Amino acid sequence: MSPKTLYDKIWDAHLAHEAEDGTCLLYIDRHLVHEVTSPQAFEGLRMANRKVRAPDKTIAVPDHNVPTTEGRENPDAMPEDSRTQVAALDKNAKDFGIHYYPVSDVRQGIVHIVGPEQGWTLPGMTVVCGDSHTATHGAFGALAHGIGTSEVEHVLATQTLIQTKSKNMKVEITGKLRPGVTAKDITLSVIGRTGTAGGTGYVIEYCGEAIRDLSMEGRMTVCNMAIEGGARAGLIAPDEKTFAYIKGRPHAPKGAQWEAAMDWWKTLYSDDDAHWDKVITIKGEDIAPVVTWGTSPEDVLPIDGEVPAPESFTGGKTEAAKRALEYMGLKPGQKLKDIEIDTVFIGSCTNGRIEDLRAAAEILKGKKIKVKRAMVVPGSGLVRAQAEEEGLAEIFTEAGFEWRLAGCSMCLAMNPDQLQPGERCAATSNRNFEGRQGRGGRTHLMSPAMAAAAAVTGKLTDIREIM
Amino acid sequence: MEKFVKLTGVAAPMPLVNIDTDMIIPKQFLKTIKRSGLGANLFDEMRYDDDGNEIPDFVLNQPAYREAKILVAGDNFGCGSSREHAPWALLDFGIRCVISTSFADIFYNNCFKNGILPIALPQEKVDELMDDAERGANAVLTVDLENQEITGPDGGTIGFDVDPWRKHCLLNGLDDIGLTMEKAASIDAFEAKAATERPWV
Ligand code: SF4
Repeated sequence: MSPKTLYDKIWDAHLAHEAEDGTCLLYIDRHLVHEVTSPQAFEGLRMANRKVRAPDKTIAVPDHNVPTTEGRENPDAMPEDSRTQVAALDKNAKDFGIHYYPVSDVRQGIVHIVGPEQGWTLPGMTVVCGDSHTATHGAFGALAHGIGTSEVEHVLATQTLIQTKSKNMKVEITGKLRPGVTAKDITLSVIGRTGTAGGTGYVIEYCGEAIRDLSMEGRMTVCNMAIEGGARAGLIAPDEKTFAYIKGRPHAPKGAQWEAAMDWWKTLYSDDDAHWDKVITIKGEDIAPVVTWGTSPEDVLPIDGEVPAPESFTGGKTEAAKRALEYMGLKPGQKLKDIEIDTVFIGSCTNGRIEDLRAAAEILKGKKIKVKRAMVVPGSGLVRAQAEEEGLAEIFTEAGFEWRLAGCSMCLAMNPDQLQPGERCAATSNRNFEGRQGRGGRTHLMSPAMAAAAAVTGKLTDIREIM
Repeated sequence: MEKFVKLTGVAAPMPLVNIDTDMIIPKQFLKTIKRSGLGANLFDEMRYDDDGNEIPDFVLNQPAYREAKILVAGDNFGCGSSREHAPWALLDFGIRCVISTSFADIFYNNCFKNGILPIALPQEKVDELMDDAERGANAVLTVDLENQEITGPDGGTIGFDVDPWRKHCLLNGLDDIGLTMEKAASIDAFEAKAATERPWV
């Protein structure tokens, strides 16, 4: 047999049909659904009198547009448009008989945090969701990617997706990371290097010692942002850490099934002499704590750097950088560490897991914030409960943070959690686009520890100086 | 889905690179549970000021481009979120074709599902068409999918590539789901095999 990459292996195991012209039907093992990109898909099913083909493989949870303030179980407490979408999902989940975690359920949370937490996401699976950060699940060695609403409808009706195969890219992070450098810094640095279109047409597999050393949480952070580099999906081969994370989760296989699953999971790695269309190697020790300065996730620099001059770029990027600096209210040559911020957001499917909250709380312990507003939005109700049990919630509230209920919140600011024009935010989320966190709002992306450090100093801060 | 055979219309220039889906349709407009009506808010934050008045400089607010059917855009158009509201908004405004050097993957797929033709061309061809698009009301292009050819205002033509299957679906306005359901036997067979090989799934 010819050598294969991990992506090749998962692809081959899910090919349900291949037409003569090469169009493939890929079978989908898990379909995650949320309230914002699904209503039109269910409406389409109803209109065509179609059913959900595999309700047992379909899991729904409202997250994007739910309030994160107390009392939200009461529908009257929601703004009308949120209520409409949540009510539509409630009804669709019931009518079509799919798994559902309503807002009142402690297991509710951001779809990409709930999936792994409940054991829905397993190695070697195909996972899709009408959300681009579905790549998160790749941390388990699952082929996971975002789809549009028409494709959501297609998967609901047929449990397959029409696909063409992507190319294989290997991103290797060798050696050890330096102190203060996290999974977020790895993933941002890769995008800084390849650009937001560098991964277009590829599925990325992350490997190397620095990736192996990451916890499952950290690996999810890395894969989460594969899409920000343009890739269809990000993957990390499963290993003992992966299996240990999964074991005992509510929907993980048990007993003899576990043994059978393990037999297969252990074959899920890229063969030594597999073919790669592109290889990128970065030394772990060369990665610094980074922040973004512009309005694209590729606008990344080490925290001890300076705001770049638009002329230092070529092609259309010069114009884009000019526009970005104007939008961000920054001048070339300004030290990143001098940039003052007024808002801090810790949360999202990139960095809303327990480990992220621990890292932030570690910095905040016994300190007070110097910003106008800071909020922590745990990624799920269970993360929130655990953080309360560990005493983290208290550290946050004593420091002056708002302690919220689970949801996407200020990552995309569809609910009332928004920046005002001109406000500047240190955020642990994944996108710094114009208006992403509120019209005119300015976003700097970074790791949870760096965001916490910014909260206590009121400026972008080099975590290494306060560790 | 409406068929796409041949399209003649004004092309609007948007040379900015990395035009993302948040720019195409900001999230406050994703609260709808319908597909229609999004055209009014296409490029909302670039198109209107804080009071909701049109920003005269923005290309689609200029008299010549108000009826544009084609966009000629900078690299990596449609990056960002998976929201299909982006092509819905383009379509609702009347845009049926976007030309750029490159597109983000999910956006590119989403276009075909909605009868929009995204065309990727080499930089120098996009530059040429961008010049054409700068000509205001004279910026009329004809996009002929059957022959895979764009005709410019001066009669010059540029060929383009498109996946044969996607072309077939666009030309005939075919619904993917119906076509896939015709392959139900293959899906059934796959499911049965997978159930024995990977029963834990
Ligand atoms: S947290 Fe942000 S990126 Fe993640 S699913 Fe929600 S909106 Fe998307």
